[in-house]
Amino acid sequence: MSHREYSSDTFRIIGKPRVRIDALSKVTGQTLFADDISLPRMLHCKLLRSSLPHALIETVDVSRASAHPGVQLVLTGEDFPVEYGILPVSQDERPLCRDKVRFVGDPVAAVIACDEQTACEALSLIDVSYQPLPTIATVAEALQATEAPLQNYAEEHNIHRRLAYSFGDVDEALAQADHVFEDTFLYEGNTHMAMEQHASVAATDPDGRVTLWSSTQCPHYVHRALAKALEMPAAHIRVIACPNGGGFGGKTDPFNHEIVVTKASMLLGRPVKICLTRQEVFYCHRGRHQVTMKFRTGVNNDGKLTGMHLQTLLDGGAYGSYGIASTFYTTALQPVTYQLPRYSWEACRVFTNKPPSGPKRGHGTPQPRFGQEVQLDKIAEKLQIDPAKLRLGMIAPANSLTCNFLKVGTIGLAECIDRVVSRSGWKDKHKKLPRGRGVGLACGAYMSGAGTAIYWNKMPHSGVQIKLDRSGAVTVYCGATDVGQGSDDVLVSLVTEVLGIETIDVKCVTGDTDLTPVDLGSYSSRVTLMMGNAAIEAAERARDLIASAVAEKLEIAVDHIGFAERLVFDVEDPNRNMTFQQAVICAEEKHGTMATTGSYAPPKSAARFPGGGVGPSPTYSYTAAVAEVEVDEASGVVEVTRIYIAHDIGRSLNPVQVEGQVIGGVYMGVGEALMEESGSRRLPPKLSDALVHDNPSMLEYKTLTMHDMPEVCVDIIENPDPNGPFGAKEVGQGPLLPIMPAIANAIFDAVGVRVDEVPITPVKVLKALEMQAAGHDARVGPKAFPNIEWPQAMFVLPPWEGGDGKASNRPERKRAAKMHTMDKVKGASEQT
Amino acid sequence: MSGSKKVQLHLNVNNEDMHVLVESSKTLLEVLREDLTLTGTKHGCELGECGACTVLKDGKPVLSCLLLALECEDAQIETIEGLADKDQLHPLQLAFAQHGGLQCGYCTPGMLMTAKALLENEARPTRAQIREALSGNLCRCTGYQQVIESVEEAAITIEETENSAAGVKS
Amino acid sequence: MMRLPPFRYIAPTSVSEAAKILKEEGPCAMLVAGGTDLLANMKRGQQTPEILISLSNIKSLHDVSNSSGLTLGAGLTLGSLLENDSIRDSHTGLWQAAGVVATPLLRNTATIGGNICLDTRCSYYNQNEDWRKAINNCLKKDGDTCWVATTSKTCRAVSSTDTAPALISLGARVRLVSADAERIVEMKDLYQDDGANYLQRHSNEVLTEVILEPLVGWRSTYWKLRRRGSFDFPILSVAAAVQTDGGGTIEDARIVLGAVSSLPLLSTEATEFLVGKKLDDDVIEETGHIMAKLAKPRGNTDLTPIWRKKMVPSFVNHALRELRGDDVRELRKRIAHQARG
Repeated sequence: MSHREYSSDTFRIIGKPRVRIDALSKVTGQTLFADDISLPRMLHCKLLRSSLPHALIETVDVSRASAHPGVQLVLTGEDFPVEYGILPVSQDERPLCRDKVRFVGDPVAAVIACDEQTACEALSLIDVSYQPLPTIATVAEALQATEAPLQNYAEEHNIHRRLAYSFGDVDEALAQADHVFEDTFLYEGNTHMAMEQHASVAATDPDGRVTLWSSTQCPHYVHRALAKALEMPAAHIRVIACPNGGGFGGKTDPFNHEIVVTKASMLLGRPVKICLTRQEVFYCHRGRHQVTMKFRTGVNNDGKLTGMHLQTLLDGGAYGSYGIASTFYTTALQPVTYQLPRYSWEACRVFTNKPPSGPKRGHGTPQPRFGQEVQLDKIAEKLQIDPAKLRLGMIAPANSLTCNFLKVGTIGLAECIDRVVSRSGWKDKHKKLPRGRGVGLACGAYMSGAGTAIYWNKMPHSGVQIKLDRSGAVTVYCGATDVGQGSDDVLVSLVTEVLGIETIDVKCVTGDTDLTPVDLGSYSSRVTLMMGNAAIEAAERARDLIASAVAEKLEIAVDHIGFAERLVFDVEDPNRNMTFQQAVICAEEKHGTMATTGSYAPPKSAARFPGGGVGPSPTYSYTAAVAEVEVDEASGVVEVTRIYIAHDIGRSLNPVQVEGQVIGGVYMGVGEALMEESGSRRLPPKLSDALVHDNPSMLEYKTLTMHDMPEVCVDIIENPDPNGPFGAKEVGQGPLLPIMPAIANAIFDAVGVRVDEVPITPVKVLKALEMQAAGHDARVGPKAFPNIEWPQAMFVLPPWEGGDGKASNRPERKRAAKMHTMDKVKGASEQT
Repeated sequence: MSGSKKVQLHLNVNNEDMHVLVESSKTLLEVLREDLTLTGTKHGCELGECGACTVLKDGKPVLSCLLLALECEDAQIETIEGLADKDQLHPLQLAFAQHGGLQCGYCTPGMLMTAKALLENEARPTRAQIREALSGNLCRCTGYQQVIESVEEAAITIEETENSAAGVKS
Repeated sequence: MMRLPPFRYIAPTSVSEAAKILKEEGPCAMLVAGGTDLLANMKRGQQTPEILISLSNIKSLHDVSNSSGLTLGAGLTLGSLLENDSIRDSHTGLWQAAGVVATPLLRNTATIGGNICLDTRCSYYNQNEDWRKAINNCLKKDGDTCWVATTSKTCRAVSSTDTAPALISLGARVRLVSADAERIVEMKDLYQDDGANYLQRHSNEVLTEVILEPLVGWRSTYWKLRRRGSFDFPILSVAAAVQTDGGGTIEDARIVLGAVSSLPLLSTEATEFLVGKKLDDDVIEETGHIMAKLAKPRGNTDLTPIWRKKMVPSFVNHALRELRGDDVRELRKRIAHQARG
């Protein structure tokens, strides 16, 4: 093995502020996004989308459209007999609807024509006759309706899935607590609204193979879905993920349009492109679920939590998407942020006639994080404990197990809290600012990659290959996809560091199922950690091959061979060296053609109960934030004036990018806190069954402009985690989590009202202020959590009570748990 | 098949004269991307709601998605492809690259063109002026802060370059 | 990509030529100036002209004359208007209004004439064609129900122009030229209470210029309520202009509400109340209540109608306090995000 010493002192690339490798291509307009691709003889596709929220399709007559000049092909649901879906448990989507439409925007037919305008014209010539079905507009309606379920695999009517777990006896824990706090919250759904609209181009070669270029975060999952839906060997399909113009989770599902253009290209033997309109992007959605939550939390006078009971209710929209995973995630990570001795939860996802919800930055976690952090603020207020101190007293020890058997690694939360408290001047501000101004604090934790794949398998989650040859050039291949987060830069920088060369010497090929080894995709903050570890392994193997050859040639002990500044040298006598290129030649002489691989699979989960596959991660990041706000009491308008944030990243690989991810997370959090909301609009039911997207445009879906963005003061806490590549943890999602509750808590500090809902609009703040002025409970938020008949909870004893990670051995629980396991949860655990 | 009557159009794009036969219903955005293959100019809504398609028309930043190509007869159009002077990147391009002014890069061409126009009018803009000038360019990745810092850095670079050039002359 | 449907494009070089084409082609032709409103609407099928008559080659429409009062060519872009410091000083409310329209990028193309004629807006109408089909269309276009006021026989789309309230408060008039005639109309009379047919302008008329008389002793201001610091149309606006004598007694006043009805609302009651008084706190307070009675916001734009109505008094307050000479710059910066002025 070659000489290895990785530390902050010796890093040449890692930890240094650097221009990311794709920056110059992007600032010159050379980066090719999917819609920038144009191929010879290319045709254009448009989709006809349902104008009804819920209906049976009786007939689809495409004869007039097919005859329209310039139209090459019209496809309908009849052309796509096979269902697909991201989770094996919810294979409920079709490229084009076949029997039924489930929301306004569900695609029914596709036209492929010489140009987009012609395709649009032909869409209006397709005659669809529908038989309308009752509209399910809200979670309340979904819970009540017994007719016309959207999906026939639903657990009951429109209830997609109910889950119940108990980690220890929570009733007992609450009964023994000095105080029990009960709070209900609502987090409205919102969407990614990446700047780039989804686009795809498919091209078929004469041998029958097909290539799809697409704006996708997960080419591997698109690859699988294409193979299934088109009933074709995956080996004959190539999926290339183009650089994404932003993803945030919105491009992690395989989409209708990707399958439609692939099929069309194969039928026509010509390239076919589709670029969605912005409205269609809102229809694709898969955004943040609307979640209603109820927390019952036991606290002792010293501020220690004794236990928590959490209930969540998710509006899933019309399809499964990642929904089962989302449902688990509204509960699974709660015990990661703070120590929780006992924890029980119940979660329910329902179907409604709206665009499907799915994963958005933080996937299922921001909603309960909002609830718990606001509740902690209430607890601190009631117990007269400083909110920062309260939280500092609840931090779990590093390298411990949570009550739900998640293994946490390094925990930098205390340092994060200390940092934002001191930097923000918290002690001089909290409860001390004049009315109208306030500060609020909140924290969060997030996983660095999901410990389980979407589909059950024992293969690596990320694979990296490195090719080197006598030119001295290094090419690194990985299935990971750069969605803007900078994963290509991470890949190149790690390989560069290990091989002691420069980033310009390393080319990277990513997100191409023909060329690159599988990486599961850019979701769950998994890429830096998983791809990174695989990349280091591959690079170190290359380094070892080179070192052994150089050691032989220069007669140096192999463990004395160092790599730096494009030289391979004797660490004892650096003058004994050769250039990197000469070294690769030596290696090629000695070993033959050079290629190495690295693989990464996450450590085995400690959870051994069904459903325990959601939540485990190789390590977790931690964040704390203080928000400063000003509230205008006449209008209820909240201005966030500054955000102080500290993020525990393990190790910062490129500080410029890390800071950018943190600020970007804060930005999205401020937007979600104040304005982002994907609503739906029900017309008066007496006059219409219509249920339409409320704000399917960039004007109506409110996001922060440069005027609305507060100043952000960022601190990065570095405490390398042994499971991370050179110690790195995630940064893409965690920093969003504390922002919404920090703002809500700051509003309370400013004017003494509680808005237990997100977004916190001026309308809600003013309403709360009016209630306050009238002497009422100054709170706006849901009054109650709906009555839901829950299944018997699966009982798992926490580790400190002797639990072994399996569903309980307690006889009175065992029977119920077993029944529940078999009936309800088995599928979910296998898939998530 | 669709198609309004095609009309001959003359534009100067990035200092090159271009003659192109366009349908009268085409916007400048479509002509740039589809007829002139200048795909560096992006689109996020085509309704004037995002700023991704910003180009300079006679020096002013405008939305190419809401501008008829025919209204640009004889106009000087500048796009992201013309921002660098051959192999010399514009200071804004370097600053964005160095200071995290971009992540996914999709809003970046529009941001850069808007910022270019700003710095030509206001050599050392205040933060408030930068915010106002770029308030019509949405970004979902960066949270804008590093974009603002990049514009400030570029302004300093440009000023220093001009000062040193003036120093050499005198 | 959203594209424009096919149309015929004509770019006359004189007003008379434009008016002649408009007469000959009839209602299938529409005028386009900056196009920032119309082209977006055309992409969504809200407006479907077969012929577009571009006004951009008519040089006279871009003129500004300061000789007696102020005359603005209708084709003047809002961006150019904002660069005119004398307008900022003499017609502050107009300048402020122009400065908060949409975004700086749109203001470089959008014209004053276009903003005056801006199509009324409604969240049931400003949508793509297929979305509108999903609600079976609406009274403003292809349907028979006004979804925001289902019992209304009249379209209740919202007047969303920023400059019109300001111009009305400044007593502006506009020149309308047709092939056969020419007339000058008071801005306050240009609009009517029907979202589908909101302009008194005849379809054969070209709005060529905005005429403002010399303003002696007048001060004016414009306050806009919107969710974000950019992009958004007003969800309430207050344009206020007062003429005072040397001692601060009001001789004349015009207070106009925007974006809370299908037309800008000039309050004669407020004028009558204010004349002869000074802008003391009680007078300002009372004016706020007078104006609030006038507002008829509906649920067809951002945020709730009740909240928007509640905001009227405080916005009238901001405006009148500014005209009284209070220092509201911080508040204005926060609410209007205006970097200049």
